[in-house]
Amino acid sequence: MEFTDEQVKRYSRHIILPEVGGKGQKKICRSKVFITGAGGLGSPVALYLAAAGVGTIGIIDHDVVDLSNLQRQILHSTKTLDRPKVDSAKETLEALNPDVKVIPYREKLTSANIMDIIKDYDIVLDGSDNFPTRFLVNDACFFLGKTLISGSIFRFEGQVTTLKPHDGHPCYRCLYPEPPPPGLVPSCQEAGVLGVLAGTVGVIQATEAIKEIIGMISSLASYLLIYNALEMRFLKVKTHKDPNCLLCGKEQKITKLLDYEQSCVLR
Amino acid sequence: MSVKIRIPTPLRKLTDGKGEVEGAGKTIGELLDNLDGRYPGIKERLCDESGNLRRFVNIYVNEEDIRFRQGKETALADGDEISIVPAIAGGCV
Repeated sequence: MEFTDEQVKRYSRHIILPEVGGKGQKKICRSKVFITGAGGLGSPVALYLAAAGVGTIGIIDHDVVDLSNLQRQILHSTKTLDRPKVDSAKETLEALNPDVKVIPYREKLTSANIMDIIKDYDIVLDGSDNFPTRFLVNDACFFLGKTLISGSIFRFEGQVTTLKPHDGHPCYRCLYPEPPPPGLVPSCQEAGVLGVLAGTVGVIQATEAIKEIIGMISSLASYLLIYNALEMRFLKVKTHKDPNCLLCGKEQKITKLLDYEQSCVLR
Repeated sequence: MSVKIRIPTPLRKLTDGKGEVEGAGKTIGELLDNLDGRYPGIKERLCDESGNLRRFVNIYVNEEDIRFRQGKETALADGDEISIVPAIAGGCV
């Protein structure tokens, strides 16, 4: 592909970076990224990736925009209340950058549809709000050999890691082999979340995605970044590929997608 | 042996809201007993009935996951920083 004059100008601050350059920007423009959830994390992820010129952004969410979303879900606005989040997202992203092809999926991600949906994307970013989806996305990305950039938030705390089990790095199950039983770890809206935390964590996920696309070596693969907004503290810990991992370990026990039950109980 | 333990948000109701507490023990196992003595219930949240660390919780000594060291037998040194890190799932709602 050749850049138009407009693209040269739009992406000029990337192109002048020696680490990105025209070559890196072309990779970004050709890339296809899939985002689970057009919510707190999906919003900053999608906005920055669209601004950067990612060629195709697929985004899945079955929900509609609610007033209580707008404290953090910056893809949406008071004008798009009650509309499907993916439609609102598409409008916002295309207004920001018409170069980007946005593919909305207004449905739930399930074991029945995930493989078909994500198979044509290069990278997956998870910003879902529940453990069953997180394990589903992890397992599907493993089966398809896709890099998964996982972000999660809870009250004042966030976690980000880049999962590349196909490249000698851990998968999500190496970190957390199984989802918690109902009630032990709250994962639902009752818990509350600092709105701007979603921004910090989502933008770190987007940073990882851009670096993966360009092919920069240093990443959060084999690391977990833990951020506490209240204490303004970042902790980066080492993660390990688990040789006994049921999914990506030596003796693979999980050979197909599993459906976990959704839990929404706070103890 | 005195170490610092970072308490994740979901467990802070057991530590009077404190995000960081002091603890003592030669190993992680001893440290968990020590913590449970002062903050009853915390061990039950971290370990299952057989005393094994729950599979959605990780404990790091400095930056290393104890599951890839000696588990609950992992030795502690004065001044170590222990982080308890449970899986969290939020992002979308």
